[in-house]
Amino acid sequence: MHYLPHTAEDIGSMLRVVGADTLDDLFSTIPDDCRLKADLDLPDPLTEWELNNHMEGLSCQMAVAPEYKLFMGAGSYEHFIPASISYLLGRSEFVTSYTPYQPEMSQGTLQAVYEYQTLAARLLGMEVATASHYDGATALTESLLMAIRITGRKRVAVSSLIHPLYRKTIRTYFEPSGYDVVELPYLENGTTDLGRVDELDDLAAVAVQSPNFFGCIEDLQKVGEKAHEKGAFFVPSFTEALAYGLLKNPGSYGADIACGEGQSLGIPLSYGGPALGMIATNKKYMRKLPGRLVGQTKDLDGRRGFVLTLATREQHIRREKATSNICTNNSLCALAAAMYMASLGRTGIRELARQNHDKAEYLKSQLKASGFNIPFDRPTFNEFVVEFPPGFEKTYERLLKKKIVPGLSISPFYPELANHYLLCVTETRSKEEMDELVRGLTIDNSKLRD
Amino acid sequence: MTELMGTTGLILNEPLLWEKGKKGRCGFSLPKQDVEPSPLDPELTGEGPDFPDLSEVDVVRHYTRLSQWNFGLDTGMYPLGSCTMKYNPKTNERQASLPGFSGAHPLLPDTLSQGALRIMFELEQYLTEITGMDAATLQPAAGAQGELTGMLLVYAWHQSRGSRRSKIIVPDTAHGTNPSSAALCGYRPVAVKSNDKGILSAEVVSEVMDEDTAGIMITNPNTLGLFEENILEIADIVHSMGGLVYCDGANMNAVMGVAQMGKIGVDVMQLNLHKTFSTPHGGGGPGSGPVCVKKDLEPFLPVPRIVQKEGRYALDENRPDSIGKLQAFYGNFGVMLKAYCYIRTMGPENLKKASQFAVLNANYIKEMLKDTLHLPFDRPCMHECVFSDKNQTPDHITTLDMAKRLMDYGFHPPTIYFPLVVQGAIMVEPTETESKEDIDRYIEAFKAIVDEAKHDPDLLRQAPHKCKVRRLDETTAARKPCLAG
Repeated sequence: MHYLPHTAEDIGSMLRVVGADTLDDLFSTIPDDCRLKADLDLPDPLTEWELNNHMEGLSCQMAVAPEYKLFMGAGSYEHFIPASISYLLGRSEFVTSYTPYQPEMSQGTLQAVYEYQTLAARLLGMEVATASHYDGATALTESLLMAIRITGRKRVAVSSLIHPLYRKTIRTYFEPSGYDVVELPYLENGTTDLGRVDELDDLAAVAVQSPNFFGCIEDLQKVGEKAHEKGAFFVPSFTEALAYGLLKNPGSYGADIACGEGQSLGIPLSYGGPALGMIATNKKYMRKLPGRLVGQTKDLDGRRGFVLTLATREQHIRREKATSNICTNNSLCALAAAMYMASLGRTGIRELARQNHDKAEYLKSQLKASGFNIPFDRPTFNEFVVEFPPGFEKTYERLLKKKIVPGLSISPFYPELANHYLLCVTETRSKEEMDELVRGLTIDNSKLRD
Repeated sequence: MTELMGTTGLILNEPLLWEKGKKGRCGFSLPKQDVEPSPLDPELTGEGPDFPDLSEVDVVRHYTRLSQWNFGLDTGMYPLGSCTMKYNPKTNERQASLPGFSGAHPLLPDTLSQGALRIMFELEQYLTEITGMDAATLQPAAGAQGELTGMLLVYAWHQSRGSRRSKIIVPDTAHGTNPSSAALCGYRPVAVKSNDKGILSAEVVSEVMDEDTAGIMITNPNTLGLFEENILEIADIVHSMGGLVYCDGANMNAVMGVAQMGKIGVDVMQLNLHKTFSTPHGGGGPGSGPVCVKKDLEPFLPVPRIVQKEGRYALDENRPDSIGKLQAFYGNFGVMLKAYCYIRTMGPENLKKASQFAVLNANYIKEMLKDTLHLPFDRPCMHECVFSDKNQTPDHITTLDMAKRLMDYGFHPPTIYFPLVVQGAIMVEPTETESKEDIDRYIEAFKAIVDEAKHDPDLLRQAPHKCKVRRLDETTAARKPCLAG
C-alpha cells in the first residue's frame, strides 16, 4: 500500500526495540474479550486507477453545470470561481496544516485568516468577525446563544422567513436548554411581521434574514429599532453574502451581531458542504464571541505577526463554561472567501452584485410579462418567489428533462404557498438561458390553461 | 546528527492585502452584462465594502508567499498528539474536485443526486462496520459537533423514556471539547480521575454513577494514548443505572480492525474523518464528525436519513423522533467523499495495518525516547505517547522551549500541555505514514535538543531561530486585541 512506508525489515527492527514479537502483540493491553476476532467486512482495495473510474462514474450521476442550468439558490448559490482561487487554495502548505497552535510556523494561515476577518467585517459593516463557523445555520444558532449569554434572557424571536433549515437547526440546538424560540409570521409583501414582538418579554434577540428566504429585502431599519426598543439584540442573518456588495450592510442598520452563510464567496456548492459560517459583531462584545479569533501582535524583534487569541473563551481552557464547543472550524473555506473578496475588490464585488440583481430583475419582468404571478412586491436581490399555475409539477419534470432546474418548490416549508417556487439567478445564467426558461414555462403554461 | 533538516531559504515578506493594490484594478474576469441595468431603490443601496482593488497577479503572489510561511504535513513530520496528522492522499483531492461533486446543489431532486447519495449511504455503512455500531449520521461538521450530536441523542433517548438527568461523567483523560459539548446539552460534567496506570477504574465510575447521571463520555483510547481496559465493566455499571456510554472516537486510528467500540459496550460515538480517515485539516477545518449509534438510538438520528430502495437512494425526512438538524444541509460532503475514497483504496487489510503501524511507531518513539524524556506512564501505548519536561526542570527548560526548538530541526512540535493530567505534557502521535528514517530523525532531534538544554539552554529559550517570525507576544495580543485591520 503506497501510503504505508514500512518494509518487513523496518517492522522487524522496530518490533525488536519495542519488545514485541508480532504486530498483534502491540495490542496486549486490550483485553481479549474486547478484541475483534474477524476481519472487517469492507470492500477490497481499489488501485488509484480503479478509484478514478469508480468516482467518475458516480460523478456522472449528478446533475451539474454546465450541462444543467440551475435557477435554484435557497441557501446554496452557483457563482463563478476563478481558477486562481482553486489553484491557490490547493497549496498544500494551507491544506495539510493543522489549526495554527504553533504560530511561528503557521504565519501563512494566521495572516490569511486575519485578513479574512477584516474583509468579512468590512463586508458586513461590523468591527470584528470570527475566523469561521461550520455554516450559516450554525452561525445563526451560535449568534443567538451569544445574545442569550450576554443579555441573560431566555427567549429569541426568529422570523419565519429565515431559511427553514436554519430554523430547524436552532430548534435542535435549543431543545435541551429550554430556551424559547418564537417565530414571527410574515406579511403580504413578503417581509417579517414584527407585530408580535411587542407582546414578548425576556427577549434576548430578534433575528431576521435579509434578503430573506423569499428573496425579499427586509426593512432592517425597522427591525433594528424594534429589537432595541425591547432591549434585545438585533441579529440580521443572510444566506447570500454577495448581496452586501450592493445592499446597505447590517452594520449600517445598527446590527449587534451579523451572521450567515459565506458559501457564495468562492466556495463550491459541494452538495451543501463544506460551507462558511460567518459571525461579526462590535468590539464591545468580542470577548463573548464563539469560535476562533486571530489577532495581530509582535515578535521578539518587534516584527508584525499573528496568533490565535482570546483563547480563554474557548473549551480547552474554560471547559464547560466556554462560549462554544467549536474547535475545528471551516478555516480553509474562510481562506477561499478571503481570496475571492480580494480578487473582486471593491470595484468587482459591486459590479458582480449588480449583475446578480439586474439579471434576477430581468427574469422577474419576463415572467410577469408572461402572466405569472410574483406574489411579494418587496425589492429582491438575486432570488424571488413565483406562483405557478396548479399542476405545475408536470412542467417542472419536463424542464428537468431539458436539463433546466426551474427553482425550488417552497410549499414543503410553507404549506399555505402551494405552487410557489423560489427562483434564483446569479451571474452564471445568461439572458439566453433565462429566455429559454421563460419559453419552456410559457409553452406549458398555455397548455395548462387550455 | 549529520545535517539539520531545518534550514533557511529565501522567503519573501508580504504586506497585508489592503496595504497593496490600486483603485480600479480587479483580479476577477467579470462576466458580460447582457441585460439592461435595473437600479435598486437608493434607500436600500449601500456604498459597497471597503475592499482593496488587486490584480490577479497581486492575489496569486500574495497567497503564494503566505503559504510559504506555513508548515504542512506535506512539508514534514507533524506528530501532533490527538490530531492524527497522517498523509492526505492526493487522489482524494482530485476526486472531491470532480465537477459532479463540487458543482452539486444540495436541494436537487434525489433522482439527480444519485452519485452523492450512494457515496454517503456506503460511507455510513463502512463507518458502522469499522466501529461495530448499527447506524451512522454524517451530518456533524467536525468532532466537537459530533460530540454535541451524541449528547443530543443521549438526551433524546432519555427523554423518550420519560427520564430527565442532569449530570454526565467525564474522565480527566477525555478530550477538551467534551465538557463544553455536554454543557450545551444542559448536562453538568462530573469529573472523575484516572488511576495510577493512566486509565479509568470501574470503582471510580461506580462511585459517581447514579440515576441522575445520563451516562459517561469516555475517550478510548484515551488522551494518554492508553486503551481503557475496563471499558466492559464500566459500560455495565453505566448501563445498570440506566445510562449510556458515549465514546469520543477521535483516537480511532489506534484500533481499526482491532476493536469495535459497538461490541464493547459503547452506545454512541463520533469519528473524526479529518483524523482517522486521512482528510486534510486545512489549517483548522473543514472537518467532518460522523456519529455512529446502536440500534436503540437510531430513531433519534438527525434528518434527513439516506435510504436505499431497489438500488435507488433517497433522502428521508420523515423521522418523528429525530433530534432535527445540526446544519442546513447534509454535512461536509466534500470531506466525506475523501474519507470514502480513503476507505475504498485502503480496504480492510490496510486499514488494520494502518492502526498496527500507528501503534508500532508510537511505541517505538516511546522506547527510544524514554531515557531522554520523562515518561509518566511506562506501559505499552496505543497510537500516541505522552512524555513530560520533568527531566529538564533542573535546567529550567520547559516543554514549550523544546517544542519551539524542534521547529529549527524541521519538525512540527508535538501537542504540548495536553492532556492536563500530565504536567508539562509532550504528546507525540507519529501516525502510520511516517517512515522509520523520518521517525529516527525526529528521535535524534529530540535527543540533540535535550542535550542542548544542558549545555546551551538559551538556544532553546530563544527558539525558534529559523522561522518567519520569532516567538510572538501572545499576552498583548489577548490584552489589547487587534482582530481586524
